[in-house]
Amino acid sequence: MSNATITKNETGGAPAGTSSLRQARLPRWVPPVLVVVSAAAGAGIGTAAGLGNTLQWGLIAAALFILGTYGLAAAVEGGRQAKDRLATSLVWVCFVLAVVPLVSLIWETVDRGRTVLDGYFLGHSMEGVQTILPGGGAYHAIIGTLEQVGIATLIAAPIGLLTAIYLVEYGRGRLAKAVTFFVDVMTGIPSIVAGLFILSFWIIILGFSYSGFAGAMALAILMMPVVVRSTEEMLKLVPNELREASLALGVPKWRTILKVVLPTAVGGITTGVMLAVARVAGESAPIVLLVFGAAGINNNPFDGAQSSLPYYIYEQWQLGNEASFDRAWAAALVLIAFVMILNLVARGIARWKAPKTGR
Amino acid sequence: MKTDIEPTHTPAGSPPRLRTRSTGRAGDKIFLGLSRGSGIILLVIMAAIAAFLTYRAVIAISKDEANFLTAFEWNTGTEPMRFGIAVLAYGTVISSVIAMVIAVPVAVGIALFISHYAPRRLATPVAYVIDLLAAVPSIVYGLWGALFLVPHLTGLYTWLDEYLGWTGIFSYQGGAARSLFTVGILLAIMILPIVTSVSREVFRQVPKMHEEAALALGATRWEVIRMSVLPFGRSGIISASMLGLGRALGETMAVATVLSPSYLIDASLLDPGGGTFAQNIASHFKEANDNGRDALIASGLVLFVITLLVNGAARMIIARRKEYSGAAA
Repeated sequence: MSNATITKNETGGAPAGTSSLRQARLPRWVPPVLVVVSAAAGAGIGTAAGLGNTLQWGLIAAALFILGTYGLAAAVEGGRQAKDRLATSLVWVCFVLAVVPLVSLIWETVDRGRTVLDGYFLGHSMEGVQTILPGGGAYHAIIGTLEQVGIATLIAAPIGLLTAIYLVEYGRGRLAKAVTFFVDVMTGIPSIVAGLFILSFWIIILGFSYSGFAGAMALAILMMPVVVRSTEEMLKLVPNELREASLALGVPKWRTILKVVLPTAVGGITTGVMLAVARVAGESAPIVLLVFGAAGINNNPFDGAQSSLPYYIYEQWQLGNEASFDRAWAAALVLIAFVMILNLVARGIARWKAPKTGR
Repeated sequence: MKTDIEPTHTPAGSPPRLRTRSTGRAGDKIFLGLSRGSGIILLVIMAAIAAFLTYRAVIAISKDEANFLTAFEWNTGTEPMRFGIAVLAYGTVISSVIAMVIAVPVAVGIALFISHYAPRRLATPVAYVIDLLAAVPSIVYGLWGALFLVPHLTGLYTWLDEYLGWTGIFSYQGGAARSLFTVGILLAIMILPIVTSVSREVFRQVPKMHEEAALALGATRWEVIRMSVLPFGRSGIISASMLGLGRALGETMAVATVLSPSYLIDASLLDPGGGTFAQNIASHFKEANDNGRDALIASGLVLFVITLLVNGAARMIIARRKEYSGAAA
């Protein structure tokens, strides 16, 4: 590192051990070996101390690994390198720590969900099913989810889209600033608060009864800001040259937006709407307040209680017996699959239809 | 990218128009009206949320015989009602703080892992998977938390009780671990993806020059991160954390499935009990009468105001950062 070593190296010809330009470094195989050693030691200590919990083994192993790298590096490479190694191992441990619960979540859902998930489960409701016995299904919940999310999309997508167009193509001045700010704030509204709003407005004050439509309105409130945000981002990506070219040909602004700007950004907009759909499909809090849950099939979202997949999971969990837990896991698997497929397709569309930025 | 085009301006002293522009103009007006109207609808909805919640909340609080802010009870079925939000406020704040303490360092770690440490071939899929995990519905986290996490935490809690039980905070009397601390851990797992992805975006925007300058001075990778990446990303990390905090404060179903509620404030975080605003609403809604619903709406209004403040602050920090850093250019 210092000048002294450089001159020494230049004059001394072939580097000999410690006098080289390079500092002493731990060999590349040390970190992986240390991982294995500390994992084994963690398991060993865990068994010796009689800790039944594998989570604690993991924590011990992680601590051993971090201390081990720091100690070794401090001894061989010096303080600064040791700190660097410490940071590296901490970052890796963070990563592993975070991945473990997330993998476990997916694993549990798939593993326990597939026990009762079959055609019967997807095709039957809970009407007349004794809740402590196996049987029954989530057909009514799937219908409910599809209808509620569909209506929510029909309300939220046009409003969100037009708002984004306003912000990007027309928005100047205080109104636009206020809208931008409140869209941001709206993104953070807890779903239960959106539910309470519809409850106080639609059900308590206007006197309507619980229905899928009431739930859909709450979902629409949650969807709008997400749609606005993503559409805005996409419209901003449309090159100005396209707009200018169209306007220069004498095309009115509204036709320019409809025929040039929107088609260019359509891929991204679709993605944004689908991601918003995926987000609200998993919302259960407003459904608990507004849709109220039903065991039978109710195809009419405008009249009477319905169910929905997230609500169904909650309801089955509350019943608290093995058969209902199985149904809850199966419904969770269906819901995750639905949301993930929406996500993957949406991201696929985004990649496939990414707007060309004109270069 | 700016979209500063004002095509409707005609140059001064332009020749008399040769063609009628009525169709275009009318279309423009309608279209502008529609899109501006949608923006206004959004504002109206926000205002309506605040107005209607306040309206019902005022009705409820005026019927409240106990102190709304400090009472440790929730009896809304009887006449007169006695209810207070003290326990809920405490539970909401404590569980969110636990979630932040656990999630923020880990999330920053993962963000650094993706942006600076992981091999390229690993980084992209990891980032992708983290984004996908943000989409897992909260009720699924709740189910997992109640049926998998809770039984697996009793061992850890017994251990904590053995060594840290004397503090009072970590005393544990056994039984199902359906406590505020468990809720905190679950919330931490739930907000990890959002905090990670926002922080990662910020770290990605760190000017390459800063990092290369530090490297050229002989800094190790950690020193590069400490001297150039973290200072640049500080406000980004803060706002990411506050977005996460907003989520944690308002999380409903996951808390409602995991927590075993009570209307007492217990010094121990590991013993079951306590409650949060959102959980309380979801758990009590079905049994509530008209008065009870208004009382729940009143507590929802408090939650709304808190999340509004937290999210507003986070957005302001982000907005200020954008102006200063010039990273958007």
